Amino acid sequence: MTDIFGVPIAVLLGQLLLGLINGSFYALLSLGLAIIFGMLNVINFAHGAFYMLGGFAAWLLLTALGLGYWETLFAAPLMVGALGAVVERLFLKRLYRVDHLYSLLLTFGIALMLEGLFRHVFGAAGKPYPIPSSLTGGINLGFMFLPMYRAWVIVASLTVCVITWLVIERTKLGAYLRASTENPGLVQAFGINVPLMLTMTYAFCVGLAGFAGALAAPLYQVSPGMGSSVIIVVFAVVVIGGMGSIGGAIVTALALGIIEGLTKTFYPAASSIAVFVVMVLVILIRPSGLFSREA
Amino acid sequence: MAETPLLDVKGLEAWYGESHVLHGIDFDVRKGEVVTLIGRNGAGKTTTLRSLIGVVGKRRGACSYKGADLLKVAPHKVARLGIGYVPEERGIFSSLTVLENLLFPPAWQAGGMAVDEIYGLFPNLKGRDSTSGTRLSGGEQQMLAIGRILRTGADFILLDEPTEGIAPVIIEEIGAALRILKDRGMTIILVEQNLRFAASIADRHYVLDQGTVVDEISNNALDANMDRLNRYLGV
Repeated sequence: MTDIFGVPIAVLLGQLLLGLINGSFYALLSLGLAIIFGMLNVINFAHGAFYMLGGFAAWLLLTALGLGYWETLFAAPLMVGALGAVVERLFLKRLYRVDHLYSLLLTFGIALMLEGLFRHVFGAAGKPYPIPSSLTGGINLGFMFLPMYRAWVIVASLTVCVITWLVIERTKLGAYLRASTENPGLVQAFGINVPLMLTMTYAFCVGLAGFAGALAAPLYQVSPGMGSSVIIVVFAVVVIGGMGSIGGAIVTALALGIIEGLTKTFYPAASSIAVFVVMVLVILIRPSGLFSREA
Repeated sequence: MAETPLLDVKGLEAWYGESHVLHGIDFDVRKGEVVTLIGRNGAGKTTTLRSLIGVVGKRRGACSYKGADLLKVAPHKVARLGIGYVPEERGIFSSLTVLENLLFPPAWQAGGMAVDEIYGLFPNLKGRDSTSGTRLSGGEQQMLAIGRILRTGADFILLDEPTEGIAPVIIEEIGAALRILKDRGMTIILVEQNLRFAASIADRHYVLDQGTVVDEISNNALDANMDRLNRYLGV
């Protein structure tokens, strides 16, 4: 077996694959965070909690209602998105006119409450969620073994990310969204229901987090703390990519997943801080983020 | 005049947060007329337009338009009544190209102009489709801001200081375009500080001061009333 700096290629590729999977989840989550920040000007600290809710929704639909994997993968994001719409209508929309800090504190509070509630009801331990039978097994690529479910996670999340990006950058609806970040009053004066669009945007992005949670359930188990452990890294991703840059969030997420994987291979002790070291460097050199429009 | 006005504004008051900006504005606009709101900076001209389309804070009074009270219409539904708004800062979106800006507002009424027709009216915009909207000169942005409203089928246009900070030669082109629109039967409210420009297209002028209408002068009587007008404007 060939080695690279004393690391067998198979191990290296395995870590790269793990990095890519983590990166896929970072991408789904940071994409939503970046859109919410860009369109609503809200730093959505509740994003991790919605990810956790997506996982729990999938688990509950499976264990309580006996729904299959594909149905839950579809239903869980819808449920989380609907809850997001309620949160936006009841609370967030009252805070658009005041400083960022208010919505940050609100969403942080929502995250703490949701996590506490689920810890109280379901306990802190992880709930196992079986890999669907259609995605068990794997493919032997010759140089490594690729589990089917992991391949599916990468394909599914990248597809969703790319479609979202295309909708925002290339469609009329996306043009309304982009223009609303510049001048919501004028977009409204042209006859477009901007408040409704903001509600749908929040619901959709939070639904993406729910989708990520449901997708993660068979890989990482479902637990009340699963959101808070990933959300900090996701925030770092958004800061590195540039707050509000949607394409930047996707690219940065994947790149950082891979950097994390590589660090795990060559210097495992540093793997949990690799993302933050990158963040510090980016803030020093290009404070507005790698992909932000204003340099 | 026996004809009921297209827009009839009575006792319009408006607030920005705590500050009371309009203190009872009364004016009307008949179909096919060009009416200007003139007055010093801060007299409430822009706020009057913004009140009509619902982008100020609190409003009171009555603005009847085609049988509806604009103050009771949700802000995003005003455009659907055929009212087109061209803001003072022009509001060209920097994240969209010229063509995207032009195609941006949805067409709510039949009878809107085709893109080619708009380019005919404003030849400066022709061939600039893929330029970023805010790359255009101020005058061209103004043309784009007016042009994109014409596509929507709006027949009532609120135009806020289209000549502000724009080269005289472009002002003439905009004036010529507005006269064509007037001939086509458009109704226009023009907020303007440039009296000469206003006189070249308007039928009547309302003078605003400190949030109320203090005078109404028909365009024919403008010359005879120049002294009075200059006093209002503090020239």
